[in-house]
Amino acid sequence: MEHFALWLAAFLTLGIVSFLYKDNPWYKLCEAIFVGLSAGYWFVVLFWDNIYGKFWVGVFPLEEFDEAGREITAEPDYWLFVGAALGILMLMRLVPNIGWISRWPLAFIVGSTAGLYLINYFSSNMMRQVQGTIVPLFGAGYDASAYAIVGNIVVAVGTFAGLVYFFFSKEHRGVFGGTAKVGVFFLMLTFGASFGYTVMSRMSLLIGRMDFLLGDWLGMIK
Amino acid sequence: MNHNCRTTKQTFLRRDFLLLAFLIIVIAPTLAAQQASDTMPADTVVADSILVARTPAPPISVTVQDLPNDAGGSIKVNWGLSPDDVAGGKARKYRILRAETIDGQRQEFTEIGDVTSGATEFIDGNATSDVEFYYKVMAVNFLSEDNETIWEATSKSDEAGPVKSSAQWFDWRRINVFVGVIVLCGFILYYINQAKAGKKLFIRKIAGLEAVDEAVGRATEMGKKIFYIPGTQDMDNVQTIAGVTILGRVAEMAAQYETWLEVPVSRSLVLVTAKEVVKEAYTKVGRPDAYQEDQVHYLTDDQFGYAAGIDGMVVREKPATIFYMGAFYAEALILAETGNSIGAIQIAGTAMPSQLPFFVASCDYTLIGEELFAASAYLSREPKLLGSLKGQDMGKAVILIAIVVGVLLETFGIWKLSNLFTVID
Repeated sequence: MEHFALWLAAFLTLGIVSFLYKDNPWYKLCEAIFVGLSAGYWFVVLFWDNIYGKFWVGVFPLEEFDEAGREITAEPDYWLFVGAALGILMLMRLVPNIGWISRWPLAFIVGSTAGLYLINYFSSNMMRQVQGTIVPLFGAGYDASAYAIVGNIVVAVGTFAGLVYFFFSKEHRGVFGGTAKVGVFFLMLTFGASFGYTVMSRMSLLIGRMDFLLGDWLGMIK
Repeated sequence: MNHNCRTTKQTFLRRDFLLLAFLIIVIAPTLAAQQASDTMPADTVVADSILVARTPAPPISVTVQDLPNDAGGSIKVNWGLSPDDVAGGKARKYRILRAETIDGQRQEFTEIGDVTSGATEFIDGNATSDVEFYYKVMAVNFLSEDNETIWEATSKSDEAGPVKSSAQWFDWRRINVFVGVIVLCGFILYYINQAKAGKKLFIRKIAGLEAVDEAVGRATEMGKKIFYIPGTQDMDNVQTIAGVTILGRVAEMAAQYETWLEVPVSRSLVLVTAKEVVKEAYTKVGRPDAYQEDQVHYLTDDQFGYAAGIDGMVVREKPATIFYMGAFYAEALILAETGNSIGAIQIAGTAMPSQLPFFVASCDYTLIGEELFAASAYLSREPKLLGSLKGQDMGKAVILIAIVVGVLLETFGIWKLSNLFTVID
């Protein structure tokens, strides 16, 4: 059985890799298995995590006892019925005449997401970013290495110029346009570094698959 | 005769052996124990009188209060140091004891934690809200070897309490975030009103969005499909929301040009939302008949399963135009490279810093970060959205001024403006 699973995994891996050559029936088969299996897998995971794990267990908590045998069962959380009701409203799409009701839970999700993230992003992407950017560049009792000073200048100038690039209500001309160009320059430098870093991490994924094929499957790597 | 003598001798030998074995098994351990007892360190056998001499003085002035600015469930315990809490002194740590009240009955004090000497504060993070608690702080002197306590001498403070924890409406430590959000919302509301009043608001040209018309037109001319990929995240991600908003505008154009728009999605909520958006877009331009339910369809929640499915569709159906708008992870390059290989015009937009380089490298146009969020205002030119964009720009102007002023103040050592931007979690 173990050998069968190993050969099946190798067959599917090579099938997906064969896409590098061109689209072919082998890839189509593997793709269909991958998409179908993963869709089914996620359905089961979401059912047990959410409908059972969060809603059912939340409303009807499982009996639990501590080491001394005393009951420590959690209190039922009836607020979960609000989520369940929104979920049922979503299913109204299946009834054409009242399908419009399914827009309510959607509006709730989109609205609450926007509201919640407003504070989160304002704190992390604005406040903390500005705090990290406001740094002494040099002098005035600031005791730092030349390396740190250059780093501070790059952070301050890069953030300033980058922000100027993301100004949408002013034409990028003259000094303003020049600063925006400096901002793009910083962005592209960052992207280049990020590109190289991510490619290297992808190489480790490739090495992992090659290790499976040549080691676990073919036994060529001991 | 010899035989009998040998037998008797053997019997005696056996008896001697048994006696020796008895001595080894029974007496030897007793002697060993006795010897061990004689060689044990003096510290391990501690008389009560010695323990009394080693007992530290108790901590003084124990106070308890509900931890402010929290969601309840926490109580702050403070105390004054034991007089023996000095370098090399007898108070080596403090142990915190707590008694809760259940149905009006005070329970036994139990240990809830300890801190090293020199500390004067302990936060009890497991104090159920609206339940009365009493606290004591114990000064502890001890000797341990190999994580085993050999002896311990303790003294308890007077008890403090009762105290209850409760949730507060406001966390005053985050007042700076509140003020910042109010200022930003004020700018946005002001400019929305200005836009509604008819004031013309300028938005600079964004190349990636200028190309949307061209991309849709190209698909129409070639008689091929448009693919729209709204990312792999759910509707609780602002990038997905932005992507679905742009989808509405693209769907309008596709409906006007009668070009087939296909939207494969990876999340059930995105499926429902995208269907609504596309259907509404077709209705808005007067082509509800052209909308078909299977234009927006589900593939799988799995990141790479989704990528494999789209890759297959792309190479088989060869769309003329592909949009990638939303949150993407490692599948970004797999998707964009496949689209590039069939010669499709590709426009991407994401705020994922790690994936932007791949889109920049393999797509014709890329909306970088905030350009994705500005896209809906840019494409629709609705006063409300334009005003919002202008308001955000004013927020950025304030940030730019703060950075310049703050850096100058800190460089010349005048004032730490950065403290105003400290966010307490």
